[in-house]
Amino acid sequence: MGLIRNLARSSTVIRQILIRNNHKIIMARQLHASRTDGVDKNVWVEFTQLAADYKAVNLGQGFPDFSPPKFIQEAFCKAVSGGPIMHQYTRAFGHPPLVRSLAKFFSRIVGHEIDPLEDILVTVGAYQALFCAFQALVNEGDEVIIVEPFFDCYQPMVKMAGGKAVYVPLRPKAASGAVLSSGDWVLSAEELASKFTPRTKAVVINTPNNPIGKVYKTEELQMIADLCIKHDALCISDEVYEWLTYDGAKHVKIASLPGMWERTITVGSAGKTFSATGWKVGWAISSGHIVKHMKTIHQNTVYHCATAAQEAVAQGFEREYEVFGSPESYFQQLPAMLQLKRNKLASCLESVGLQPIMPQGGYFITADISSVKVDYNDQSSVDEPNDFRFVKWLTKEKGLAAIPVSAFYSPEHSKEFDKYIRFCFVKVNEMQFMTLNLILIRFSFLFLIVLLYDSPSTQTLSFS
Amino acid sequence: MSMIIARQLLHRTGFACRSASINCRRFCTSQHIKMSRHTHSKRIEGLDKNVWVAFTSLAADPSVVNLGQGFPDIPPPSYIKQALAEAASVDKMNQYTRGFGHPSLVKALSQVYGTVCGRQIDPFKEILVTVGGYGSLFSCMQGLVEVGDEVIIIEPFFDCYVPMVRMAGAKPVLIPLRLKSGKKTITSADWYLDPDELSSKFNSKTKAIIINTPNNPIGKVFTRDELQMIADLCIKHDTLCFSDEVYEWLIYRGHEHIKIATLPGMWDRTITIGSAGKTFSVTGWKLGWSVGPEHLIKHLQTVMQNTLYTCATPLQEAVAQGLLRNFEMMGQPECYFTSLAEELEGKRNRMAAIVEDVGMTPVIPEGGYFMLVDVTSLNQDLSHVVGDDDEAYDYKFVKWMVKEKKLAAIPVTAFVGDESKKEFEKYIRLCFIKQDSTLAAAEEILKSWKKV
Repeated sequence: MGLIRNLARSSTVIRQILIRNNHKIIMARQLHASRTDGVDKNVWVEFTQLAADYKAVNLGQGFPDFSPPKFIQEAFCKAVSGGPIMHQYTRAFGHPPLVRSLAKFFSRIVGHEIDPLEDILVTVGAYQALFCAFQALVNEGDEVIIVEPFFDCYQPMVKMAGGKAVYVPLRPKAASGAVLSSGDWVLSAEELASKFTPRTKAVVINTPNNPIGKVYKTEELQMIADLCIKHDALCISDEVYEWLTYDGAKHVKIASLPGMWERTITVGSAGKTFSATGWKVGWAISSGHIVKHMKTIHQNTVYHCATAAQEAVAQGFEREYEVFGSPESYFQQLPAMLQLKRNKLASCLESVGLQPIMPQGGYFITADISSVKVDYNDQSSVDEPNDFRFVKWLTKEKGLAAIPVSAFYSPEHSKEFDKYIRFCFVKVNEMQFMTLNLILIRFSFLFLIVLLYDSPSTQTLSFS
Repeated sequence: MSMIIARQLLHRTGFACRSASINCRRFCTSQHIKMSRHTHSKRIEGLDKNVWVAFTSLAADPSVVNLGQGFPDIPPPSYIKQALAEAASVDKMNQYTRGFGHPSLVKALSQVYGTVCGRQIDPFKEILVTVGGYGSLFSCMQGLVEVGDEVIIIEPFFDCYVPMVRMAGAKPVLIPLRLKSGKKTITSADWYLDPDELSSKFNSKTKAIIINTPNNPIGKVFTRDELQMIADLCIKHDTLCFSDEVYEWLIYRGHEHIKIATLPGMWDRTITIGSAGKTFSVTGWKLGWSVGPEHLIKHLQTVMQNTLYTCATPLQEAVAQGLLRNFEMMGQPECYFTSLAEELEGKRNRMAAIVEDVGMTPVIPEGGYFMLVDVTSLNQDLSHVVGDDDEAYDYKFVKWMVKEKKLAAIPVTAFVGDESKKEFEKYIRLCFIKQDSTLAAAEEILKSWKKV
């Protein structure tokens, strides 16, 4: 592969001929950098466009259709109308009030005194925190173990850093009966252990998991931690949905386990924490000796993050620090509200023959589409996995957008899991329209009208 | 070389000492640290030092008048803050928007730049919104610069160009702007690129040249002829051009900002970078954009979708409103692009007068909000200043000035490679996009200096 690339670069015979307005422009070399090879396709770009084109009810992409809580919106307004410094550069590695409030807030949760200036890097969303981690730590040829199903960006980010992704899937426990909960999807200790080699640089975990919603138990994290310590590997722990756990499931931070603080990068998100995905404020928390390398990446990529949004998030955490664990806490109220939505969507899916896997946490519910037989008329998608075809059909024909779950799997395992699709239930108003579409899915023409919701006026959300 | 200098600067300020001891403590208390494999990736080797980290901490003392880092201490226009507050009050505006740029923003950019460039610009295929002009530079490097490529950079350069090129595994090839001989420097127009010297820097490995007009720190506004000279070389050698034009609206009387992308044959090989922060005096919003042909922009979009995916929504909406409002008034005195330049011209002139009064020599910029100042004639004895023998004069001067005079600036050799240090070490950079009270405070300091 490298040989061909070298040949291509040095050869003047290979030309990219671009025709623009009938004017030939001849570029005698490859335009793009090789690091962008194979990472240009993106499931979100494709499916968001599809949902927009067909004006579908969008339960695909994961973002709330309600506003952030009032206290944080007020904090943002206050920041915006604050002095001129709110609109100018702040400290590059994180606005001081924000890193201080994050350190204060998370120190007691992780059980380690977090240094606000050394152990935290604020980034443009958790997405950029992940990018900094991979770029700072992964060399050409390093292996990175990714637990499937995985948030799709992990794989291209590892690739772009020159690393090799090694996959290990969560598998439904051998079931006597239907697999009903994300807790039933587990890692095999032997299978995971077999994936470690001397080249393994890191393991990437996501808890609560997107898309399945699994919330890893302490024993499961300990098993992963033991392997990380044994093989001297790092752990990148994507915990953006950390506050969204249901049915009493407890979110556990792998960084809090013995021996893990100094080898774990914990990624968090203001967008998911405060229902403000459009603010794009995230962070990485780790031991200073790791964060310093992520800072080097950050100072050579975007350098600063927006000031006002960071100020508002800082105020949000100050407020939550005071009411932590109490009924007033947004971190109590939001999961309580979303649990109800989850339940309602689950019963609706069941009623039309889509088998849901009940998520213990997160924004999403996955459903098994095996029992629904569809006659696709779409020749353009004939080579695609079944779940891709199903979602496209659902979007185009039924006006309902979802995301195919095999997009979250490696090529080697996607075939096993192409019978699942993912819905986002962090929606208020969209849900009531969804029912009308779902009733048409069953080919047995059973009309089950399930009224999910009352009228919009009863849907007001009020968080103090 | 500048890394060594910066490191020593950090050491002197106790910055490095502090952080080193924290790490030391942590290592001592942790049990099983076998850190042999937890080294950083090769791509960041030698890229950890940064002049801003060093000098921002020096200037952080509130008693210091800060003319160093380039950001306004004047408020942004009230309508832009208003637009942000309004945007944030709309539910949808607090959630994800289109990854490559919020629709209303890319459409507004397409309108503004379509008019300025005199061509139709596709908002969805020919524009990418990024986290500041900085993010656009990064996307260019990562999307278009290959390991082993060469990238020509004109000195003095905004300091991030070199580490970004190196992080992409490419080699920076430097060429300095030179002072017209026999001329006492008075304006940024007296600094020029030698055509033969520039030509000699191009070879088959050259992937791109980075230009910055108006230039930071000198303030040079490249003329049409100069840009044509660069364009001819780009076309001859089939290279790309990354044109950093973040200060494009800050042009002073008698000068014109020319976009190299508008020269014949250049649209298809140029990425033009702009900045909301510099355009609307909101550096803390960190929004910028890349404009260029689809066949180049698409690779920047690939980088975007694999790095941070999307930029903040309400900020993009507010910038869109600001652009549309000023688009209506383009060319008129009420247009912020015009009024800000006019306001800054006054500040520029005031700054120049203050500096001259003390006996220093300003380089009057044709654009941008920085001014180079030649401190030679002060003949300041810096032998007592603690530092390395090989530390450049301007670094010593700035450190001394911050400590003794409570006035912060930036040493210009931070913007050049080792070989050019001798040509630039008598200059310091002052930022003049500051309130009258800040300029007055600087004036006070400089006046009392003169008396000593």
